[in-house]
Amino acid sequence: MIALLLRDLRLAVRAGGGFGLGLAFFLILAVLVPLGVGPESALLARIAPGILWVGALLACLLSLDRILALDYEDGSLDLLATAPIPLEGVVTMKAAAHWITTGLPLTLLAPVLGVLLSLPAPAYGWLVLSLALGTPALSVIGTFGAALTVGLRRGGLLLSLLVLPLYVPTLIFGAEVVRRGADGLSVATPLALLAGITLGAAALLPFASAAAIRINLR
Amino acid sequence: MVSSYWEYANPTRFMQTSGWLLPVVAVLAVVTTAVGLIWGFFFTSDDFRQGSTVKILFLHVPSALMAINAWLMMLVVSLIWLIRRHHVSALAAKAAAPVGLAMTVIALFTGAIWGQPMWGTWWVWDPRLTSFLVLFLFYLGYLALWQAIEDPDTAADLTAVLCLVGSVFALLSRYAVFFWSQGLHQGPSLSLQAGERMDMAYKLPLYVAMTGFGLIFVALVLLGTRTEIRARRIKALVARERMG
Amino acid sequence: MNNLGCARGGLPLLEGVSLRLGAGAALVLRGPNGCGKTTLLRTLAGLQPPLEGTISAPAEALAYAAHADGLKPTLSVRENLAFWAAVHGQRDIAPALTAMDLRDLATRPAQNLSAGQKRRLGLARLLVTGRPIWLLDEPTVSLDTASVALFGAVVRGHLASGGAVIIATHIDLGLPEAQELDLVPYRAKPRAMPGGFDEAFI
Repeated sequence: MIALLLRDLRLAVRAGGGFGLGLAFFLILAVLVPLGVGPESALLARIAPGILWVGALLACLLSLDRILALDYEDGSLDLLATAPIPLEGVVTMKAAAHWITTGLPLTLLAPVLGVLLSLPAPAYGWLVLSLALGTPALSVIGTFGAALTVGLRRGGLLLSLLVLPLYVPTLIFGAEVVRRGADGLSVATPLALLAGITLGAAALLPFASAAAIRINLR
Repeated sequence: MVSSYWEYANPTRFMQTSGWLLPVVAVLAVVTTAVGLIWGFFFTSDDFRQGSTVKILFLHVPSALMAINAWLMMLVVSLIWLIRRHHVSALAAKAAAPVGLAMTVIALFTGAIWGQPMWGTWWVWDPRLTSFLVLFLFYLGYLALWQAIEDPDTAADLTAVLCLVGSVFALLSRYAVFFWSQGLHQGPSLSLQAGERMDMAYKLPLYVAMTGFGLIFVALVLLGTRTEIRARRIKALVARERMG
Repeated sequence: MNNLGCARGGLPLLEGVSLRLGAGAALVLRGPNGCGKTTLLRTLAGLQPPLEGTISAPAEALAYAAHADGLKPTLSVRENLAFWAAVHGQRDIAPALTAMDLRDLATRPAQNLSAGQKRRLGLARLLVTGRPIWLLDEPTVSLDTASVALFGAVVRGHLASGGAVIIATHIDLGLPEAQELDLVPYRAKPRAMPGGFDEAFI
């Protein structure tokens, strides 16, 4: 299974685009929002937590269809399904590779973009922590969406339509952590709920994803 | 003689039974809904605070109730499909989704019409309204997945998996939304422990309207399932033709 | 495998296929295009459930080679092979490289290989799975005569070491000892299927 993770990471590095595209999208979004709503710092500071979380979520969405589609096209998925690794393990590793190439860089870039959006000082720590806790859930849920749509020709748009409603709780709790952090309130409850969603999704969704892949390979 | 409820899961048997059941349910549904709505709209007194606008609840509450019940029914029949592989149950889930979607839209629209005079705005990000909007998105995704997959059994399997996972996330979203905003919406209109929240003169026509909407739902799902079964039958016949 | 029936796209395709393969035995599946060779192999590999009948071979014994080779264009020949070896818990890829004459290409990225060289790499994957029963779907597509002979030798070596192969092919691999199975007589007739496929709606 480690071999699969390493292979996916190596592929992402060699293909180049994987890393950069999501990050560039995140950056452009953080630049466009002030251009749209005006340069007033107080307003930007108020909406910054939400913008950063929505931006991270959309940037994550961009690369979801590549998680499984390439392996499906070149036949690797068939071979992985007949390999000794359980398919549940395969999808977990796929989600982990997606998180390392997408969620982790987004988490590290977010504080820089926070500066652009006048994020209040106390919120920076909570921003990084909430993204670090929440983005794995985005990758795991996204892998489930990718597993549902893997056999489809026009899967990309459908994937967004399926995955975005599933992202609602993660987004709400994640952004709530940053908002409360910015206001200096206690963040314990949303933080615990966010961590709960990530752990629950990582523990249970691989079974649903593996089932969906098996159905799609039939 | 029917030995087990599962016998209705046989398409032929289902077609026979639903053939005479559908007109009965349809007539009952129209009559009950008409009685409930006419009683509610014209034969109840105006509310002393909300005036006649309150009467939209005779549309709003039943449609909201059916929007949620439709998803619950889809969850149950999806489980039946995954466990027992009865085709009728998968097709019933497919038939229920558009009806549930329509109920959600009705609930959202009547809510907006009700909210405008009461809150002075068509839309507020109230937790109840928001969770219905999220439910609307879940219905859209579910229907889109049915549309996108060509092989009917694959589509049934994948949408059933989505329905199971989606149910968990819909429930989570509901709690998340309530956590996120406290809201203006009045509490549940019908609540048992809260005592006499609503006058009996309102409750009775509301119960009738709710029964009517429930029957409409059943009639539409029966009709939809019959259509799907016929479509599958045509496909099977064409396939048999081709194999010669 | 006993009285196997399988379906493609909801339609029953084959029925009543029974066969038994001992160590060192080879079986060649014959039949015109679309008769169900690929479907049968995918069913055997456990990628789709059989409509009826049973497969008694354990899934851990089967190695499947499809039309697609499962290669990553940006990885080198060695990396591609080492990955599949690691997935199957094997370490040594050198014999597989030598057997399929890939030693000189080991550091070349798979995207720079010709179609025949890719195919050879895809077949070398079988050697690193360490599994005894090979299911081969048109293994000789885009191979030249020399490569076909090379692969024939590899298969013979595999059989000699107690393995077994089921091959769907139109080309003679030079395996005189192989049995042949024509799939045409097993074509499924339209009838109500026990699993309640579309026929249940008629």
